[in-house]
Amino acid sequence: MRELELYFGPQHLGMVGNFSITLNVEGDRIVKATANPGFLHRGFEKLMEQRTWIQNFPLVCRINVVEPDHMELIYAMAVEKLAGIEVPERAQFIRSIYLELARVGSHLFGLWAYANMLGFDTVANWAMYHRDLVLDLFEEITGGRVYHIYIWPGGVRRDFPKGFKDKIINTLHTIGSCVPDYDDTFFNNRIFYKRSKDIGKITHEEAKRMGAVGQVLRATGMKQDIRKIEPYAAYDQVDWEIPVRTGGDAYSRIWVVRDEMIESVRMILKLLDKMPEGEVYNKIPNPFKWNIPDNEAYVRCESSRGELGLYLVSNGENKPYRAHFRTPSYNHGLTILEKALENESIADVGNIMISLYITAPEIDR
Amino acid sequence: MISISALKPFKAVKYLFIKPKTIRYPFELKEPSMRYRGFHLNEWDKCTGCGNCADICPNQAIQMIKIPELESKSGCKNERPQVDYGRCCFCGLCIDICPPGSLKLTRDYFHIHFDPKTFVFIPKDQETEPEKYVSSEKYSVLKASLSHRKRDYDGFVSDLKYALFEPKRVTMPIIAPEKRKLSFIEQVIGYNKEEARKEASRCLECKLCEEACPAHLKISDYIQAIYEDKPEESLKKIYEDNPIPSICGRVCMAYCEDACSLSIRGEALSIRWLKRYAADTIQDFATALELNPGTATGKRVAVIGAGPGGLSVAYFLRLKGHNVQVYDALPGGGGTMRTGPPVYRLPLESIDKDVHYIRSLGVEFIFNTRIGKDVMFEDLLKGNDAVFIATGNTKSRSTKVNNYEKCELALEFLSDNKIGKPRKVGKEIIVIGGGNVALDVAREALRLQNIQHPGENAAVKTVSLEDWDEMPATREEIREGREEKIQFNPAWGPKEVILDNNGNVKGLLCKKVKSVFNGEGRFAPSFYEEKEMFLEGDMIIEAIGQVPDFSFIPDHLLEELEFTERKKVKVDEMGMTSIQKVFAGGDIVNVNLDAVTAIADAKVASEGIDRFLS
Repeated sequence: MRELELYFGPQHLGMVGNFSITLNVEGDRIVKATANPGFLHRGFEKLMEQRTWIQNFPLVCRINVVEPDHMELIYAMAVEKLAGIEVPERAQFIRSIYLELARVGSHLFGLWAYANMLGFDTVANWAMYHRDLVLDLFEEITGGRVYHIYIWPGGVRRDFPKGFKDKIINTLHTIGSCVPDYDDTFFNNRIFYKRSKDIGKITHEEAKRMGAVGQVLRATGMKQDIRKIEPYAAYDQVDWEIPVRTGGDAYSRIWVVRDEMIESVRMILKLLDKMPEGEVYNKIPNPFKWNIPDNEAYVRCESSRGELGLYLVSNGENKPYRAHFRTPSYNHGLTILEKALENESIADVGNIMISLYITAPEIDR
Repeated sequence: MISISALKPFKAVKYLFIKPKTIRYPFELKEPSMRYRGFHLNEWDKCTGCGNCADICPNQAIQMIKIPELESKSGCKNERPQVDYGRCCFCGLCIDICPPGSLKLTRDYFHIHFDPKTFVFIPKDQETEPEKYVSSEKYSVLKASLSHRKRDYDGFVSDLKYALFEPKRVTMPIIAPEKRKLSFIEQVIGYNKEEARKEASRCLECKLCEEACPAHLKISDYIQAIYEDKPEESLKKIYEDNPIPSICGRVCMAYCEDACSLSIRGEALSIRWLKRYAADTIQDFATALELNPGTATGKRVAVIGAGPGGLSVAYFLRLKGHNVQVYDALPGGGGTMRTGPPVYRLPLESIDKDVHYIRSLGVEFIFNTRIGKDVMFEDLLKGNDAVFIATGNTKSRSTKVNNYEKCELALEFLSDNKIGKPRKVGKEIIVIGGGNVALDVAREALRLQNIQHPGENAAVKTVSLEDWDEMPATREEIREGREEKIQFNPAWGPKEVILDNNGNVKGLLCKKVKSVFNGEGRFAPSFYEEKEMFLEGDMIIEAIGQVPDFSFIPDHLLEELEFTERKKVKVDEMGMTSIQKVFAGGDIVNVNLDAVTAIADAKVASEGIDRFLS
């Protein structure tokens, strides 16, 4: 059969995000896939070298549109490490709660994309609605719905509003009460099972070799989570489990996402119970005269897509000398995607891509 | 656990019978949260135009625009921020850096317009633009725009606890009142390096202080140099405009600190103490500053009075290459600074440090020489190309109440204690006056009492016409005086000095003050003559103001000398008086009566003299 070259994206109905894949196909079988990033390159890392430490906050959150909060956190953690700033305990709890809310929001968004891709419009709309409820919470805490700019070096920008605990619990109960409906209509749906089982399969060895992180790695049976390995914020203050599956296919990955969401909700409730009173912010130096000593730092956290790292260098000036992000979508979107697409059908390209949880803005920084 | 089903998904049908969650905009509206980051609002009355919002904006969306209708005054520029919503990302950094807290984000977020220019706008508040802000009843979302907004709709607002600046200053170590009142030890210890750098790091570089300073020192530059731990650089910046930093670093009136944008909701930056830090840290000014007199011009200028004005004019002219002789009746430089401010505020060594440096540049000082007695004014006029008079206010005024001749006078009292033989003081001293000089006298008298009558019952009382809130002394002086247990009697005026049978002072009879200023705000005290109070005391010192002494100028020249309405020597924009080639500055010219204004006068006059000579 004749081999054809097919462009999938950036202008393609099945493509989510500014991303493109060149497919070599025989019939509807993919022989070879080549990922083409670069449609969303905004030069963030270079821009960061020209802005002061504090001015970078509105910038870093925009690196990942879906989930800006972990970007804020990792930048704040790197700056704290470089400048030696302490974070009050209450702020650590607030950070954890806030990040878990972000994880729930981001996973719901991912669920929307995935369900949408498979044609489950009902579930997709539920997910979008529930994500909106989480955004309402963010709006209440931070004043912004998508870009929150909430985590600062030294803590968080404002304390929780009065009576906010109940609001979080209410929202989580609303979302939680719909889990059986989600399960029945989507996760246990025969169509979903048929469309995702054994699709885009990555073995444990391949995942490890190609640097998979997050759900992709956990769906191959490995209990790996930065929140456990290198606890930050208040993740070591409560008990929680790492959800794991062994299939390594799209089905397992989406189930990991589902379980993680539920685990996050449980964790938030536990954190809210244990949250201490007190200050939430240690004042940072005057932003106009804030030179951070000559040093470098590498910090990592578990974003909702997997391990997120930031290498930040200061040469004693009022702005970073170099910032480099190690984002999960980079590996997932380039090497692993190419591997996962091999021998799959054209109809499953979007399916696999979203099950790998790729966000294009993270690849092009 | 896994129960794959083909039928269960139909459960979702039940949602068909549930009310939709979608909000039917614009018939239904969703209220933004209390902290919503929407459009800006700026309280114009509170805004100082400091421009910190524009400096911190990561997108350069904020620009400071000159508003001609607004008056630019000390601590408040006539500039207001203009926001470009094509650039703004609503991060709220501008809110957290705003020192007065005038800039806020509201919960409004609708603006639809065909004209892109309307997206660039100068935020104002509902008081300034009442027509644009309507009540929630009159508000219609269909008209919502930057010119149709809701009243009282604040969203993300400034909170001092989370502000990006530090409102508290680094505490200056000061000797405790109980200890310091026992001797003339300098009460302010001064910052060490860490403290100075920490304090310097608070500066927001808005430069409101530089406009408020009469001599326009480059304050934010020298603070930056201190922050960078380069005291030499800092001193160089100071010496561009002020040649007496050791003096000014101690006794300056610090108009800059009143204007400091941090002072609005917190404590002003300690600009004066930081200047003192720069001056005290550098031991050898000459090597640090590397200044040289300008190319010799061969012109001679005589300066009468080695006070702040005289010293400054000599320094500036010397840098321009002129030969300068400074005459002063006192045995050393500093003028009023030498005789007035007590040692615990301004030690002689600090004055001499500044004077020595100016002398090392080649300025000739002729001390112990009184013009009009040792050297004639006319001879000076003949022998020099220009003469600068900065003699200051050297005569104390008296109350002229009954038996006033039994009272001591403030300047003489201060001068004797500082550079002459310390006075014998009584056990109960009454000081008349409510200004800084009166406070100096009172606090100095208290120290002398503690030295001369240790352990005995002694008291210092002050009587001032002005009440607490209108007392002309600085708040700091009043607070420190109260800490030292000086008894204040505000809003009382002297009526008569009461003598005992031997003709010694027995006390002061006072009358209650009705008002100090008249309707026009001019000094015109009125009293309740019948409300009297008797203060016991064995020594009374009058400190109610000083006047200049022009007796050294010959009568025919004095007639030529013009004065302003407020009895100040009239000078033109070059600092020249009505007498040809005679310039003047300092207390005899300005109404501020302080060192830094004298320096400002000296800057003007030195430019004037230089132009006059070339």
